[in-house]
Amino acid sequence: MTIANFIDMAFLVFLGITAFAILKLRALFAVVMLSSVFSLVSAGLLVHLDAVDVAFTEAAVGAGISTVLMLATLALTARREKAPTRTHAVPLIVVFLTGLALVYGTLDMPRFGDPQAPVHTHVAPKYINDTEKEIGMPNIVTAVLASYRGFDTLGEVTVIFTAGIGVLLLLAASIREPDGLRIQTMDHHLVLRVVTKVLIGPILLFALYVQFHGDYGPGGGFQAGVIFAAAFIIYALVFGLENARAAVPGQAVRVLVACGVLLYGGVGVVSFLFGENYLNYSVLGSTQVSGQHLGIILVEFGVGLTVAAVMVSTFYAFAGQNPPIGDEDW
Amino acid sequence: MSQIVIDGVSWALLIAGSILVLVGALGLMRMPDFYTRMHAAGITDTLGADLILLGLMVQAGFTLVTVKLLLIGAFLFFTSPTSTHAIANAAYTAGLRPSISEWDTDEPPEGPERDHGEEDPRP
Repeated sequence: MTIANFIDMAFLVFLGITAFAILKLRALFAVVMLSSVFSLVSAGLLVHLDAVDVAFTEAAVGAGISTVLMLATLALTARREKAPTRTHAVPLIVVFLTGLALVYGTLDMPRFGDPQAPVHTHVAPKYINDTEKEIGMPNIVTAVLASYRGFDTLGEVTVIFTAGIGVLLLLAASIREPDGLRIQTMDHHLVLRVVTKVLIGPILLFALYVQFHGDYGPGGGFQAGVIFAAAFIIYALVFGLENARAAVPGQAVRVLVACGVLLYGGVGVVSFLFGENYLNYSVLGSTQVSGQHLGIILVEFGVGLTVAAVMVSTFYAFAGQNPPIGDEDW
Repeated sequence: MSQIVIDGVSWALLIAGSILVLVGALGLMRMPDFYTRMHAAGITDTLGADLILLGLMVQAGFTLVTVKLLLIGAFLFFTSPTSTHAIANAAYTAGLRPSISEWDTDEPPEGPERDHGEEDPRP
């Protein structure tokens, strides 16, 4: 067994242990924390599989934002799961059979890393050979995501947009809009406030770097959006929801949710008007490469905008459900 | 020759960092109560991680990688002690008291007393 395999195995064993612990525990706070650990470990696994772009998102969303959202939900409900009243027999059999079918399915799959696997022989060689000439950017992942597979990504952004709208529709009726600004003072969180103040700037800067450096290194709109939103949510957690809403009102965020998708779709319409196919960026610049660059930067910015805005407005919707947590309640 | 020195220094740093992290993990398992566990994990964690990063920096030399490692180190230097502080602070505010202290026999200090094992009284 090579060292690389050994590291993969170690990560997978950790994932398995965490999953079992999540199943067995009844204390929901611990379950939330463990699911955060699960995301962090899978982010490590993804880094080791050279899928840095995915690992970014997994770490920021899974370990960061969704943990905060689940904690916000936990504050509204009980801290312990009720003991099950029914037997586990039928679900166990269903899960066992499904798992068996899935394992049987993997027998047909090519071996891990097999160069003859269909995924490596179909379109991947074309992307790897032609990206340099057609798109002219070192990060092939970004070229595939934003240009070759621009339609898929537009679909993904629309999915995020729709999901955000759905959450807002479900929760918006009970969001407490701030009635006059009440500035919360969190005096004994002095250390947190100081450190957060120091860190938020660099985090936002890093998000912008990830956004606009996505052509050259790992990153892009999805990653930048969640990092940006994470910085914002930290601010809201430490300085209070009212202060965050004063900085960026919920109404403005909801408008931005739509703006990102509009920007993405708009770039496609512009290339339409130049007489080319939808989302063919080559006509946007004087040369094919410069057009592709401009198009990719624009659609990635649209992705980042929508992702960040959806995350922040979802957080607003969840956190707005609670009466603001006073210091004495902790 | 210089390569041997670089390897030696970076190995020493990596091993020192690893030992600190291991000691922290051991302390987390063996210490008697919450605060002593935090103490074991929180302090060794920051120094251990930063020593490992320092060892990697020595290997990388004057490159962009070193700058990135430096940034990660600075980030850990801020966040790791802060998170330890935040956890300990939250536990104390929630009413968890150190189990080995004179408070066990005397009057408990100010603050809401709450046994950490019990169910949250809030609905």
